[in-house]
Amino acid sequence: MTTDSSATTYADEDFKRELVATLPHLRAFARGLCGRPDLADDLTQEAAMKAWAARDRFTPGTSMRAWTFAILRNHYLSELRRGRRHTDIDDEAIERMLVMEAGQEGGLHLADMNTALQKLSPERREAVMLVGAGGFTYEQAAEIADCAVGTMKSRVARARAELARLLDAEPAPPR
Amino acid sequence: MSQPNGSGGGGHKPGLPPAVRRNGEPGWADGLRKLYNSVVDEPLPNSFEDLLKKLDDGDDD
Repeated sequence: MTTDSSATTYADEDFKRELVATLPHLRAFARGLCGRPDLADDLTQEAAMKAWAARDRFTPGTSMRAWTFAILRNHYLSELRRGRRHTDIDDEAIERMLVMEAGQEGGLHLADMNTALQKLSPERREAVMLVGAGGFTYEQAAEIADCAVGTMKSRVARARAELARLLDAEPAPPR
Repeated sequence: MSQPNGSGGGGHKPGLPPAVRRNGEPGWADGLRKLYNSVVDEPLPNSFEDLLKKLDDGDDD
């Protein structure tokens, strides 16, 4: 079965199509993780190349998004550990950009959301990005972040509580 | 499904079906998804052309 080269090529094509379709999600996840658009794009491209190189380990029919997210976060963490990536965030630049993007939206500014998100610990930020933004189940998120489901649940709960506190710190209308 | 106290935003959100809501999420949970979706909806920047090319070249391996 694995010796059929035409089947392999077809699988590669399938894989590539799925990978390319996942790139926008990888960018969004990366941007939530690191808060910087330029760094997020670098991480996305590096993770995509890693995913491509490791494509034999992908199980067709499973979630490409979950698989590539795990690759991206592991890559990001190892880069952080090596001290190659700086996480200093240009808050002002992000704010300008998000306000522009969010132009006609009412209510919560995306810039406020991002500022609050970047104040969370990396684990909580990742957790709430996966479950709250990316729509993964706790089980999927736990697998991506390589932790126990209970740990993921607790991280998400704490992240949500913290976000609520941070975002509610804005002048709230009297009850 | 309780009504939020006060009317500080969140009152009307056209185009956002409540179907995706889970666990009685607060209003800012929408913001988190919007933040994510705002990036998902961006077209890929030009810097990704190299990557796409490399993926195409990877075919011949």
